[in-house]
Amino acid sequence: MTKIGYFPGCSLNGTAKEYDLSLQAIARFADVELVELADWNCCGATAAHSLNSTLAVALPARNLAIAESMGFDEILVPCAACYSRLAQSRHEIKSDEKYRTKIPQLIEMDIKGTANPITVLDFINKYVLGKLKDNLSNKLNAKFACYYGCLLTRPEHLSTIERREDPLVMEQIVQLVGGMAIDWAFKVECCGAGLSVVRTDIIGKLCAKILDDANSRGADAIVVACPMCHSNLDMRRNEINKNLASANTLPIIYITQLLGLALGIEPNKLGFDKHFVSTGKFLHKLQKQTMEV
Amino acid sequence: METKSKIEPLAQPLKEKILNEINEQVMKCYQCGKCAAGCPLSGEMDYTPNQILRLLQIGDTSCDDEVLRSYGIWLCLTCDTCHSRCPQEVDFPHIMDFLRSESIKRRKVHPKAKEIIAFHRSFLECIEKTGRLHEVGLIASYKLKTFNLLQDVDLAPKMFAKGKLEIFPHRIKGKEAIARIFEKAIKEADND
Repeated sequence: MTKIGYFPGCSLNGTAKEYDLSLQAIARFADVELVELADWNCCGATAAHSLNSTLAVALPARNLAIAESMGFDEILVPCAACYSRLAQSRHEIKSDEKYRTKIPQLIEMDIKGTANPITVLDFINKYVLGKLKDNLSNKLNAKFACYYGCLLTRPEHLSTIERREDPLVMEQIVQLVGGMAIDWAFKVECCGAGLSVVRTDIIGKLCAKILDDANSRGADAIVVACPMCHSNLDMRRNEINKNLASANTLPIIYITQLLGLALGIEPNKLGFDKHFVSTGKFLHKLQKQTMEV
Repeated sequence: METKSKIEPLAQPLKEKILNEINEQVMKCYQCGKCAAGCPLSGEMDYTPNQILRLLQIGDTSCDDEVLRSYGIWLCLTCDTCHSRCPQEVDFPHIMDFLRSESIKRRKVHPKAKEIIAFHRSFLECIEKTGRLHEVGLIASYKLKTFNLLQDVDLAPKMFAKGKLEIFPHRIKGKEAIARIFEKAIKEADND
């Protein structure tokens, strides 16, 4: 069994439990053990880099150093925002002499930058897709709008995804599981991320545009790979619907939940009951069409 | 007879500090406006990204002051759309991070940005104490700082019911090490 480092981040312990559940489920299928970094800490998120640039490098660096001390050269970071902070910290330490000497003093640990953070899409491509074809038990006959948001494709020096204005990585996964990926205009637009609490009105406006476009092009669900995107699009629906002519009911599904369904894993083992926006109608439609096949 | 000049020495223009401290060149911008066109929040900002860059390019004290007092620098989501589309490869989100900390240092924060900063501070205090984010603690601390007591009360019961909120924080074993990271990083920022 392959073992890799795992940095769940604060969201997957709380608001994004369904992401953790479904990710663990597909990792078990792929025969990869996700080993949680011992005593990891928060990456610092938007708050750290907005107020203190040293803290923004040091907080993620402690996690990178822990992964190194555990002997991992790869860390799966499923949250796109945490990924961005860990990858940026590693980039600064490797490229900036100032940080190379300063950070070990701050975190009181050695750090070389040998542990490489990877996104959930990197993980799926490397460890899951190869085993998928022979194990598909459900064909997911529905239309999906694949949503990347900001930090999976940007900034360029941290992203492993090509075509950053029109990425197709998730679309290829959707096609592999028998779904149809729609063409739409908001796949790399921002959901409002860190302003979720302070300026919920802005989240409402930005997410309304995203949901409305996916809806008007006939999507049955939006597929995401970031807990920040998910919580804004799923939990902020009251605020979002204030900006729409009629209430939007599109469910927001993690890419890991999508793969879990295709592998025949029970929806409640993938956390489908934890969503704010009901996934019932969507799951029913999939079930009906699977039966018809 | 002493002849002391009454004219204060000119403050170093922000554009020079930006070049020296974070190695970004605001002079590269030729005002194509792609950043403002792509920015999801330029409609909410007092100055759009290209306008901030123009003010920095002019570089006199009053223009620098306008930048540090603007609300827009606090709305930036660091989504990186401006940077990824910039034909001159100006890393504007990087500049925004610099402007935010400079605005706090020189006490020029826009009055409407106080809530955004209160949220960031509550977030960091939570990390400093426990090592991880604890949503209930974060929201409680933010509400006490801003008196927005009713905010998001509708979400909490549903989040509890779905097992998405923990009442008590998880404190990591290395929380003292985290506290020392904070202490050193804050001391360093104060000395700059």
